[in-house]
Amino acid sequence: MSESLARPRIDWIPLALIAGIALGVMPLVGSVPTWVTLTVAGLAMGMMIFIMASGLTLVFGLMDVMNFAHGALISVGAYAAASVLIAMKPAMQSGDVLANLSAIAPAVLAAMLLAGGLGLFFERVVIRPVYGDHLKQILVTMGGLIVCEQLIHVVWGPDLIPLPKPGSFSGAVLLGDAAIERYRLLAVAVGLAVFAAMWLVLNRTRLGLLIRAGVENPEMVESLGYRIRRLFVGVFVAGSALAGLGGVMWAMYQESVNAQMGMQMMVVIFIVIIIGGLGSVGGCFAGALLVGLVANYTGYVAPKLALGSNILLMVLVLLWRPRGLYPVGSK
Amino acid sequence: MESRPVVDAMLSLAGVNTHIGQYHILHGVDFEVPRGGLTMLLGRNGAGKTTCLRTVMGLWKASAGAIRYDGRDVTRTPTPELARLGIAYVPENMGIFAGLTVAENFTLAARAGRPDDARLDWIFGLFPAMKKFWHALAGNLSGGQKQMLAISRAIVEPRKLLLVDEPTKGLAPAIIGNMIEAFRELKRTDTTILVVEQNFHFARSLGDAVAVMDSGRIVHTGAMQALAGDEALQQRLLGLSLDAHQ
Repeated sequence: MSESLARPRIDWIPLALIAGIALGVMPLVGSVPTWVTLTVAGLAMGMMIFIMASGLTLVFGLMDVMNFAHGALISVGAYAAASVLIAMKPAMQSGDVLANLSAIAPAVLAAMLLAGGLGLFFERVVIRPVYGDHLKQILVTMGGLIVCEQLIHVVWGPDLIPLPKPGSFSGAVLLGDAAIERYRLLAVAVGLAVFAAMWLVLNRTRLGLLIRAGVENPEMVESLGYRIRRLFVGVFVAGSALAGLGGVMWAMYQESVNAQMGMQMMVVIFIVIIIGGLGSVGGCFAGALLVGLVANYTGYVAPKLALGSNILLMVLVLLWRPRGLYPVGSK
Repeated sequence: MESRPVVDAMLSLAGVNTHIGQYHILHGVDFEVPRGGLTMLLGRNGAGKTTCLRTVMGLWKASAGAIRYDGRDVTRTPTPELARLGIAYVPENMGIFAGLTVAENFTLAARAGRPDDARLDWIFGLFPAMKKFWHALAGNLSGGQKQMLAISRAIVEPRKLLLVDEPTKGLAPAIIGNMIEAFRELKRTDTTILVVEQNFHFARSLGDAVAVMDSGRIVHTGAMQALAGDEALQQRLLGLSLDAHQ
């Protein structure tokens, strides 16, 4: 038995590429402290994009649904959290970590519950009638996105709402001469925790096994006796809740919320899930880090290229691996 | 059409019609699969054999007619429920999960949670490659090994009815020989087997009963032995000479 057939092995090449880009760009940046700052900023942005995109890639991979309304779930999550965080402003502005967390935890819970609930409504009412029809999916989910944005205006008003940043995560820490924003470290930690949790569920549980199989061949999963529709609903709700969590992280990073914030992220989210390989959580993680890092490095080294760096990155990755960094099944 | 009623049918189709979009594929299919044996469903390309299996499995819904399985009407029964009632299905494309290991493919098929050790040993006896490549990614297996995985996954727990779509498609003669041996062993169990096949040598080696389809209809049913011994009938029904398929 050849070694390659013996056990599935991790494909290290995309991860090595990320590390290679990070190290290769160092001479172009010119200063190690600046490079460290840019790298941590890129990783943090990548982690936040990953949190927002991870649910969508599962929904896309498992259910073959192009859900443009995912952006609305990000915005709704951000607004739900904003309501809680503003109500608990003193706890948020305190310099005490525990006080901050006592405000952030219910805000995250509210965001995930509301986004998850809205996701359940979307799956049942809006998306279920258009399974298997991509054109109609685009139309109804874009419509859903617009309706949600208008409903946000009705409930929370049309104006941008400023958000307090958690006191203990404001400012920067110095690592040698490199200044690193504390909030970015928090974003990296939360992103890693979400990735670890998803990896454990997908690779160490029977539910995860079902989801991975369902992404590859939902019909065969049904033929083995599993009700794939129930799995669809569960994954859709979980993906929506993750969008809500991503909305909270992004809102606190931007220190404000607006109804369009989710929609504005959709292009980069789609780029990430295409780069990663449709339906692949690991690919989504690698793709998000790649996008975050490249966007930050390009913004510093070649600002004129920054606007198109994500598109250029997607073109190059797809020329190299047409089905993404970590392709899943026949997707 | 030569037909005779089967006294104890595990599966019976009566006047089954299936539409796929605007296309009318099955035109009143009638046939029965006797309990306990191996029935071959033969026919030229496009005759409707795969549609017939998929309709039985509930993957495409019959637009008219009735399907009965083990004494109950299952015409409108959803696919997962059919699987729970004891029907296992191996599709033409094998339906293995390429991104999962052989072990994980088995684990998913074992609805009890974990494959039974004695059952696994029996399967490893039928298909030793499954033991050898237990931890390998299914997508890395050869075509023959993938087919072995698809069939062994379907029987990881005892099933009442096994539906297999073209198990020899694209396989080397030596592997087909292994498949024949494995199906002979399977026939010794209580499982009723319905196999869609184009390889007449394979069909003749294993089949107890046979049904032949053409243009979405059953045009012949009877004993496999009778068809195998009647070259003129083969020519008329299948357009082949057995000699060419030895």
